[in-house]
Amino acid sequence: MERALRFADTVLFPLVTVLMVASLYFVFRVAPNEVTMGAVQRIFYFHVPSAWVAFLAFFLVFLASVLHLATRRMIWDTLAHAAAELGVLFCGIVLMTGPIWARPAWGTWWTWEARLTTTLVLELVFVAYLLLRSQAESPAQGARLAAVVGIAGFLDVPLIYFSVKIWRGHHPIVFKTGGGEGLEPVMLQAFALCMVTFTLFFILLLALRFRLGLLQEDLAELREAARSGRTT
Amino acid sequence: MKSFHYLFWAYTLIWIVLAGYLLSLSLRLKAISSQLRRLKSRLPPDGEP
Repeated sequence: MERALRFADTVLFPLVTVLMVASLYFVFRVAPNEVTMGAVQRIFYFHVPSAWVAFLAFFLVFLASVLHLATRRMIWDTLAHAAAELGVLFCGIVLMTGPIWARPAWGTWWTWEARLTTTLVLELVFVAYLLLRSQAESPAQGARLAAVVGIAGFLDVPLIYFSVKIWRGHHPIVFKTGGGEGLEPVMLQAFALCMVTFTLFFILLLALRFRLGLLQEDLAELREAARSGRTT
Repeated sequence: MKSFHYLFWAYTLIWIVLAGYLLSLSLRLKAISSQLRRLKSRLPPDGEP
């Protein structure tokens, strides 16, 4: 475990820094303007990867919560808590950058369209998840209740993904230039680079946040030992 | 190019949020590490009553 966390420090941090600079270069210097939306479409090079890592984070919450309920091991709860915090962070970025794009494109900051609404619900569920933990009477109780909310909350993710098809929403397919469908090769490269960068950035942040969780557990154990007058 | 300022604010906001989170994470890590060090130094070594 310690080796994996050290790997995040020594390898991932410089790698993510280089990839982030490269991503910005590709987004602003290499990728062309989208034909109908113009410059503002470039928001989506960070908006979509943020959504992807938010979903990845909430999937990890789901997985770790199931494992916590099955085994009662606190390490799974620590992982779920770390992933939930990051999920809220990246989902927050999605909810902030989406309206900034929507204002010039749709003429409004927000519309109660299916994908937007279900994404907002997802964010609120996981904000509640974090608040619930802080209000619990004991860490074990907090972990158990949070696991249930984490599993139930994740069910919103497939709903978000399929919402455009189910309710015929008008959330756009944003990557299109010229008359053809889909991504231009250069835009695809920039998009793929951003996806890789954000995924590695997420892993780096998760490793750091997970380490914080482990240290908090150590601290709680030491405090308990200090109270009972002996080390564990 | 009229929508350029929306692009500017979107990326500015992203970096403010990410930098804020990284700062909060590093402050929390630093605080908890120093608390752990302080507490460990106060405790007797393993095995002693």
